[in-house]
Amino acid sequence: MTAPTLAPAGTRPVTRRVRTATLALTAPLLLAALAVSVVVAVTIGPADLSTGEVWRSIGSHLGLATSDLTLLRDGIVWELRLPRVLTAAAVGAGLAVSGAVMQALTRNPLADPYLLGLSSGASLGAVLVLLTGLSVSLTGAAFTGAMLALVGTLLLARSLGVITPSRTVLSGLAVSSFFGAITSLVIFWNTQGDSYRQILNWLLGSLAGADWDTVRVSWITLLLIGLPVVFFGRVLDAFAFGDTAAAALGVNVSRTRWLLLGGTALLTGAMVAVSGSIGFIGLVLPNAVRLVVGSRHRLLLPYSALVGAIFMIWVDTGARTLFEPRELPVGIITVLVGAPVFVMVLLRNRERA
Amino acid sequence: MTLQAHAISVELGGRLILDEVTFAAPAGRVTALVGPNGAGKSTLLRALAGTQRARGAVRFGEVDLLALPRKERARTLALVEQDVHSEFSLTVRQAVELGRTPHQSSWSWGSADDEAVVASALQRAQAAEFAGRQLGTLSGGERQRVQLARALAQEPRLLLLDEPTNHLDVRAQLHTLALLQDLAADGITVIAALHDLSLAAEFCDHLVVLAAGRIAAAGETTTTLTADLIEATYGVTADVLVHPRSGRPLIAFSR
Repeated sequence: MTAPTLAPAGTRPVTRRVRTATLALTAPLLLAALAVSVVVAVTIGPADLSTGEVWRSIGSHLGLATSDLTLLRDGIVWELRLPRVLTAAAVGAGLAVSGAVMQALTRNPLADPYLLGLSSGASLGAVLVLLTGLSVSLTGAAFTGAMLALVGTLLLARSLGVITPSRTVLSGLAVSSFFGAITSLVIFWNTQGDSYRQILNWLLGSLAGADWDTVRVSWITLLLIGLPVVFFGRVLDAFAFGDTAAAALGVNVSRTRWLLLGGTALLTGAMVAVSGSIGFIGLVLPNAVRLVVGSRHRLLLPYSALVGAIFMIWVDTGARTLFEPRELPVGIITVLVGAPVFVMVLLRNRERA
Repeated sequence: MTLQAHAISVELGGRLILDEVTFAAPAGRVTALVGPNGAGKSTLLRALAGTQRARGAVRFGEVDLLALPRKERARTLALVEQDVHSEFSLTVRQAVELGRTPHQSSWSWGSADDEAVVASALQRAQAAEFAGRQLGTLSGGERQRVQLARALAQEPRLLLLDEPTNHLDVRAQLHTLALLQDLAADGITVIAALHDLSLAAEFCDHLVVLAAGRIAAAGETTTTLTADLIEATYGVTADVLVHPRSGRPLIAFSR
């Protein structure tokens, strides 16, 4: 072991600053890409509408332009496409942030936002509404189901003793399976014809039901919960070497865990409620982004949100246009794209271990 | 500053792990914490660090450590655990930067000051030469130096280490212990759990012997470390010789 010279230690922070500056530049670029994605994605779709017609229609609703579209064609843009694209963006961002936070808190790169049983609860709520025709909103029922599952998971984890990552994951697994079985039972007993396709759509994850209500639900949750969570980046970093290490760095471990688990659960619950259980986004996206920007959450969380939003917009655009006039549940495409990426991450981890 | 632990007791799952442990670790010295496996050394270090709930009191100078707010405690003391690892890819520098956590607000990016502290911690722990590498690519000895650098980046006045020489070759062991002596000479109070009694005797002036959750002996290493004590705590026969160069205790075990 020779004594290190001063020179390399003195130059390294400079290259590091350059890298930080590059990342600071890509953030506005991604924001611009998100804006462009929204603007372009709304012009794509089955109805025979020109780009100009679409933008003029949106402009007229914002009081910026006049549009000569018929009410029906205007409705396609303003009531169908735009809400759908905006909902997709929020859902992608929300699921990606939730996934990144879950992975940090459980110290498990393979954790996903549905870990606490949320999607199974939401599915049960949604399926009950679709089948019984109860006069409550689908979104509301799905959210209630998600929260019931969450409470079940946390109560179970709690009764096992101090809440640890592995106890939480195992409890989530138990609750998921249970709710999943009930959902299957209900479907088996009750389903015929049309509702079957509706249910399948929902279980696979679809944004076909997007409207201005889902835009409101998803964006308000994203801004109220997702945005503050991003500011926990440094605290999440402190969990890198485990709970004791985080505590030794001055982090209130149990309070942070409860706060962030609760927050991301609400966030995930809202996203599942508007879109069904879209798979793999929350699992794969944070891992892919981590490969590029590294594991520091002050970068990882905002970048995951931006990439998640853009990714979801385009995947959903594919879902509604690729097989016109039929529409694919977007969850199928996210898994089709996500599974190979997931395998890549696994292979990379194997090399490192 | 002197650390005074008074009547530290820890109960885990109905079992008493530490039973009214009382001892002092003098300022500016390296105190070795020795004892058989399962004696409670790691638990004691965690209790001192405030990451393990414990009864009793820990005074550091005039300050009651256990009553300090978390962040302030993390600016006062640092804990180097055994065998820590991360599931996520971090560079050495990023890992050491975590040591600045208690000095920063949760949304700040870190100042030039932080960078300077991190750089000097990397130098001091001799980790600067591989600061850009991924943690996963390091050897056991290098990883240990990173954890030490991370602790130094906290700028602690009390440093607690759980078997810092574990997994290290002889040269790296001597190096680590010499570094701990240096840190103590700078005024940091150092407490290190160690397994190798001869190394502990060579490098540490003060000795605390823990057995079955209780203090078996404590005091100056040269007078405390006797054949009788080793027989009583470890149940093995040993002779305490005199090191031919340093004149300090040297342990020879018999079958």
